[in-house]
Amino acid sequence: MIERTPVLNIATHVILAFGLVLILVPIWLAFVAATHDLQAVNSAPVEFWPGDQLIPNLTEAWAQSDFGQKFVNSFIVAIGVVVGKITLACITAFALVFFQFRGRVVIFWAIFITLMLPLEVRIVPTYAVAANALSPFQTIMDWTGISWLLNTLSGVEVSLEWNLLNSYTGLILPLVATATGTFLYRQFFLTIPDELVEAARMDGAGPLRFLWDILIPLSKTNIAALATIMFVYAWNQYLWPLLVVTDRANYGMVVVQLSDLVPDQLTTGGGTPTWHLAMAATLVVMLPPILIVILMQRWFVRGLINTDK
Amino acid sequence: MRRAHFKFSWIVPLLLAPQLLVIFTFFYWPSAQALYWAFTLEQPWGGGNTWVGFENFRKVLSDPYYWGSVRVSVIYALATTVLAMGMALTLALFVDRQLAGYRVWRVGIIWPYAVAAPAVGLAFQFVFNPGAGIFSFINTLAPGWWDLSKYPWQAVTAIVIAGAWKQVAYSFIFFLAALQSIPRSLTEAAAMDGARPLRRMLDLQLPLLTPTFFFLLVINITDSFTDSFGIVDTLTGGGPFRATDLMVYKIYSDGFRGFDYSGAAAQSIILMCLVMALTFIQFRYIERRVHYT
Repeated sequence: MIERTPVLNIATHVILAFGLVLILVPIWLAFVAATHDLQAVNSAPVEFWPGDQLIPNLTEAWAQSDFGQKFVNSFIVAIGVVVGKITLACITAFALVFFQFRGRVVIFWAIFITLMLPLEVRIVPTYAVAANALSPFQTIMDWTGISWLLNTLSGVEVSLEWNLLNSYTGLILPLVATATGTFLYRQFFLTIPDELVEAARMDGAGPLRFLWDILIPLSKTNIAALATIMFVYAWNQYLWPLLVVTDRANYGMVVVQLSDLVPDQLTTGGGTPTWHLAMAATLVVMLPPILIVILMQRWFVRGLINTDK
Repeated sequence: MRRAHFKFSWIVPLLLAPQLLVIFTFFYWPSAQALYWAFTLEQPWGGGNTWVGFENFRKVLSDPYYWGSVRVSVIYALATTVLAMGMALTLALFVDRQLAGYRVWRVGIIWPYAVAAPAVGLAFQFVFNPGAGIFSFINTLAPGWWDLSKYPWQAVTAIVIAGAWKQVAYSFIFFLAALQSIPRSLTEAAAMDGARPLRRMLDLQLPLLTPTFFFLLVINITDSFTDSFGIVDTLTGGGPFRATDLMVYKIYSDGFRGFDYSGAAAQSIILMCLVMALTFIQFRYIERRVHYT
């Protein structure tokens, strides 16, 4: 369809440019701040053009926040969440879609409901569980009298304990405990034609073989989409790691480190705020997920729209 | 649900067990625990929790600080949603015209999705800083007029702008996808009837976007309740004078700084009900009523 709309075309570009400027301004200012030294950043008319201090600022911010280990941690957690979520989502959706058994609908809804309440909303009790991940089972055993039974029979005091604070498991598992990916996979599995399943069964493929040799290769785009979304989600986690990790030196994640960089009275002790370092660190922390979103744009957009959160 | 293909076998429990275990431990148990705490009170010198009925809720609901928190959360939710969706919709309508540079515009608007909330908060704290950022200019003209840490309305404005900035990309992605799924034949028919691009935006594209619009409305409001923690924590720290003490932030500070688990749990339950009600409205009414295809 060809239309000649020169005026509207110019207006379109102007509006888009204006919108893009609004989006870019804060990050541009942060970037500019990261390229100046302490005096220039704190001088009254704000700088709009970059200076020459970017590399020194980055190096100093990196050393000051001890980012080396924290980047490794962030990557471990992000990749752990990605792998855990994709694996769980895939096998759960597979069982729900391709098998006939009683309670299928109940289990489907039990998983579905987890979409409703994000981690932030139930943060306090989830933290209590992370302090001892086996406490639910301990309580159940105490209530049902199993602990008492075991105690009288064998003389063993049942006390289950598995502390997840300050561990990768504690950072990863609660982030895996939602159904986001399960639904992406379920929707995908529902589009698999019946004939494909029939053909596989006629060729003698069992369910696991069907999953491994046919479904997983077919779901490569799904995996890419989910991986992108989950990586960004896990990398950007803030509240949960802030609580679970007290041993920042060994298990801290980069995004949490930002909370220490807020240049207020506490961190500067009344001195001049070190905005140039704070902004340099912010840039470093933002970069990996931004790169992933830009590079994986196609899959990411498709995945986001299909999961509906 | 569709016809299943394989008979039940020992594989099924094995496949389902990991997810169910994780969900039970980290979702259902904590949610139940929150309920338990909300209706009990921990004794000061040990001795477990005693049942107090709705006492915790009564205490929370009669606390003026809590209502202050609810008020600012609602303001924040509505303001960020309106700002972000308005901007996302405008940009999506124009990006969808697919003129030269279409891909550049699209990437330029999408990438903020990847920026962590506390990073947004920190960047905006610099931008809004009275001594260093863009507003230092205002302060040279009218000294002391702009200071986030002194004036509540300025702090609220700051978190609203930061929150909206963060939400634009998400809404944009959905609006653009919805626009692109409008059948070409419709657009062409409208064009043949003489509708120019702007007319088509108003009379064809906007009405067809209604389902997406309501979906995003609910998602944005829910997100603003839950996703605001990082922004508030790095941008204002809940202050000044609790002016930006959003609900999630208050739960966190009451629970982990004030060690008032029962009060925090009661607040969590209220917030859970709110989020569930919104989600329910979305599934039950919006998805069913607003449907054109």
